Amino acid sequence: MHMFEFIRPTDPAAAIAAAAQSKTAQQGADVRFMGGGTTLIDLMKLNVETPDRVLDINRLPLDKIEVTPDGGLKIGATVRNSDLANHPKVQKDYLVLSQAILNGASAQIRNMATVGGNLLQRTRCVYFRDTAMSCNKREPGTGCPAITGHNRTLAILGASDHCIATNPSDMCVAMAALEATIYVQGPKGSRAIPFADFHLLPGRTPHQETVLEPGDLITHVTLPPPAVGSKHLYLKLRDRASYEFALASAAVVLTIAGGRITRARVALGGVGTRPWRSPEAEAALAGKPANVATFRLAAEAALRNARPQSENGFKIELAKRCLIYALRTAATS
Amino acid sequence: MATTDSSLSTSPIGRDTPRIDGPRKVTGLAQYTSDFNFPGMLYGVPVEATIANGKLLALDTAAAEKMSGVRAVFHRGNIGRIFRSTPAPGFDRVCEERRPPFEDDVIRYYGQYIALAVADTFEAAKAAADAVRATYAKEKSNVEARLKAGDDPDVVLTTYGPAPREQSKRGDPEGAFASAPVKLEETYVTPAETHNPLELHATTAIWDGTMLTLYDSTQGVVNARSVLAQMFGLPKESVRVISKFLGSGFGGKLYPWTHVPLAVAAARQLGKPLKLVVSRKMMFQSVGHRARTQQRLRLGASRDGKLVSLMHDYVYHMSMLDDYHEDCGEATPFHYSVPNLRVSFGRARRNIGATADMRGPGAVPGLYATESAMNELAEKLKMDPVQLRILNEPKLDESNGLPFSSRHYVECLNVGAEKFGWAKRNPAIGSMKRDGLTLGWGMAGAAWIAGRFEAAANMQLRDDGTVRVSCATQDIGTGMYTILAQLAAEKTGVPLDKIEVELGDSALPDGPISGGSLATSSVIPAVFKAADQAIASMLIIAVTTPGSPFLGHKPDDLALDSGRIFVKAEGSGKGVPFGDLLRRANARLVTGSGSAEMTAFAPNPKFSRHSFGCHFVEVTWQAEIARLRVSRVVTVMDAGRILNPLAGRNQIQGAVVMGIGMALFEETIYDPQNGAPINSNLADYMVTVNADAPPIDVTFLDYPDKEINELGARGIGEIGLAGIAAAITDAVHHATGVRVRELPVKIEDLLV
Repeated sequence: MHMFEFIRPTDPAAAIAAAAQSKTAQQGADVRFMGGGTTLIDLMKLNVETPDRVLDINRLPLDKIEVTPDGGLKIGATVRNSDLANHPKVQKDYLVLSQAILNGASAQIRNMATVGGNLLQRTRCVYFRDTAMSCNKREPGTGCPAITGHNRTLAILGASDHCIATNPSDMCVAMAALEATIYVQGPKGSRAIPFADFHLLPGRTPHQETVLEPGDLITHVTLPPPAVGSKHLYLKLRDRASYEFALASAAVVLTIAGGRITRARVALGGVGTRPWRSPEAEAALAGKPANVATFRLAAEAALRNARPQSENGFKIELAKRCLIYALRTAATS
Repeated sequence: MATTDSSLSTSPIGRDTPRIDGPRKVTGLAQYTSDFNFPGMLYGVPVEATIANGKLLALDTAAAEKMSGVRAVFHRGNIGRIFRSTPAPGFDRVCEERRPPFEDDVIRYYGQYIALAVADTFEAAKAAADAVRATYAKEKSNVEARLKAGDDPDVVLTTYGPAPREQSKRGDPEGAFASAPVKLEETYVTPAETHNPLELHATTAIWDGTMLTLYDSTQGVVNARSVLAQMFGLPKESVRVISKFLGSGFGGKLYPWTHVPLAVAAARQLGKPLKLVVSRKMMFQSVGHRARTQQRLRLGASRDGKLVSLMHDYVYHMSMLDDYHEDCGEATPFHYSVPNLRVSFGRARRNIGATADMRGPGAVPGLYATESAMNELAEKLKMDPVQLRILNEPKLDESNGLPFSSRHYVECLNVGAEKFGWAKRNPAIGSMKRDGLTLGWGMAGAAWIAGRFEAAANMQLRDDGTVRVSCATQDIGTGMYTILAQLAAEKTGVPLDKIEVELGDSALPDGPISGGSLATSSVIPAVFKAADQAIASMLIIAVTTPGSPFLGHKPDDLALDSGRIFVKAEGSGKGVPFGDLLRRANARLVTGSGSAEMTAFAPNPKFSRHSFGCHFVEVTWQAEIARLRVSRVVTVMDAGRILNPLAGRNQIQGAVVMGIGMALFEETIYDPQNGAPINSNLADYMVTVNADAPPIDVTFLDYPDKEINELGARGIGEIGLAGIAAAITDAVHHATGVRVRELPVKIEDLLV
């Protein structure tokens, strides 16, 4: 573990000013904010993250869940995953988010992990997590041994020749489907980032995972007012029954009227290099009868651009079954 | 099932007995190896090779040595002499990686230790280890998963002595197979598996002059003492090894691995206690694993299901230097009646760490293959798999002509089938449903070795009415503390809370390794003899001490029960507590010692000694989301008399849970590019979690096996893992129609 300075700022401005001195907010950052530490400390122990300064943001006033004037929800960056998943408003109006969070990790980890941290969760690719291995995400230009190696759990959507790492978050999949907005305060003021614009595709720069700049502090996330009468479901498929990252997951939010789908929001997890919102599936669902034939077409559309690696071709079929079943179950709920 | 008289007596044998060490464990008082700390203690962290084949050309330790708190960085040039531990007869001086650390500059597997950083804190030592830079001449590594037997002589050396590669043969198996009316020929593959007990391997070495004390997470303190004495050129009385509690071992902690002499050598050089705890990643590299196996099964049968030929020819992988034998054919020669049989093996060397015993070594992967083949044969014959097994029940061990000491395999099958409701099974694929799920039912048989290791024990009867029993064996989480207390209580009638148990210390009378599920059966005669001797001493005191009510009696007139000495002719009612007599005699205690020889693996046995059992498994399958879960298991065990059914059921349930992992999850994957075990953490190497563990109904037949020891107890644990994977894969086939012959069963195998 790299030696680091541990600082506990009590106001956001001081935290932002300290972090603004980092040369990057991406891989290789020399200053890091720490929420629950469930990813960051893990990676610091592995020497994958080597910040000189760690800013513990848990003393900042960012831990509230509030209903917004328009009936949506404002979720502070340091709200614990457990608190968010068990919040009555979330369970009532944003069930898909509660389900996604409770399908992730373990109770102990969810009690520590924060919303802001979960937005920045790093991949579980074994090559990324081992500094003895090459990795374009960790050390740009060194190569990607996952493409020719162990890649069963890695991405089939959004991958490039440089990186095929999966985004492992469950929470983010639900937030993508809920069209969350991420609020960031930085050295130049605050800004709102639509969820779909927050995570980047790896392309030639897999070390850049988000649009965050040095000093950018995620302060909160907002969810738009719930779609009236919408049906929610998060379905996660994995080898064992618990405590495993998704091989494929689906977050669906459907509004159905008169047997037709009037509005559909779909995102997939465990298959993409980022939380994978699927406009293709949504387009295939919108205005169509809520039946299995429609759901099949949506699944085909969602996976049309999937590109398998040597060990993970099965994820295409698995993700299709996952989405079809999630849509069917949500529609009949 | 057998009925025992224990329910009618006050005997603690055969009763559900909560662990006497339970309160210490749940309150945190139990000290595991890495919990021991000493003044001035240093911490060692090994540096791992990051190639799997080649040569270490240079080590740059300069940066590491300059770091704050770092005491030294050891390597081949400065570690000092570490001698080899060489094989000895019996179960002494065993280790599975014989090459001492740093013996040469050749790298033969990924993660081989090349240096050791030592510092005042663990953090500083880890940072220093990470700062050591190695230069290698790297060669292409061979971690190829497909196995082909290498060029080996007909007889090869193994950890436990020479072994012929044709390990059993009778009749004309090739000819009988060729002419068999019904044939089955399939190859079954089991992956490399890593033990992964929760407790990491840990060792703390303390030198006091020429005396070495080692706190070590070992399943064998006596063997560890012998190994370390030889590696450091010491008389064995100069070495003491302590292992009070283990967070399990599964065989991975039976014998010392290379980090142990590293810690000892570094502590010797620095003159301070030194602690070394291996990392989870190292657990996959340098402390053993279950070998990958590839097993070709050929079964020939008559149309009515009688086996006429069985050929079990297997290959396993092994490290470049070591000779561990994964004996997949252990149970094959005796399990079923078949006149023509061959069991043979070949070996494939790979750039991997040493293979080693892992829970039910050999028999567990072997029975997965043979029991899977039996299930597939039953399908070919259109016969119930239970009936096929009953039809081929042998009258004696056909491999050597010996009678079985106690075999109730058919009763296991019948009881299991009854409890499970097997008669309701519709063999048609996917035909059984419940709550919208497809059910799959499968079953398989199990077997495991029985016998005793050499053991000695000591017992004291003390003037406060307490009893102390001691033996240098270990409790690896299985319940040995409680077993020793039960044995002492059985002989003295003293309640468990007045019995002190000492184990896990090589200074105590030599006890057995905690391996082969044999420790319980091994300690029984030793403890009983020690008790008899202590009681005999007590009776002499009773008849000679002035003022004793037993003056004038002969010792033979007296007996001890419920902690009281009494005249046999008068019954136990008028007895005197032995503590009273000791106090009257001004004696603090009397002591007795006992020992018993090894009978397992001994030459010229009179009986074929094994435990038997079977599993019936239900899986649920939800094709639309490819979700497979094990929903119900019924297990029946014929493992002799069960001394503590509470702990016994716990052992078998734990083994079944592990078997679900073997069938569905566990697999160590080697990176084809650099040879590293690439999924070397508990997120990527999956074991069964609580949510995967179904209701597990365990039944013990409880027939005493008097050829084993006085109580007829064989010992259990490993047998629970035998056969379970074959039962699960058979259930998977019944539900899905897919026969998976390479473990683990993965979602992708079933997405058809």
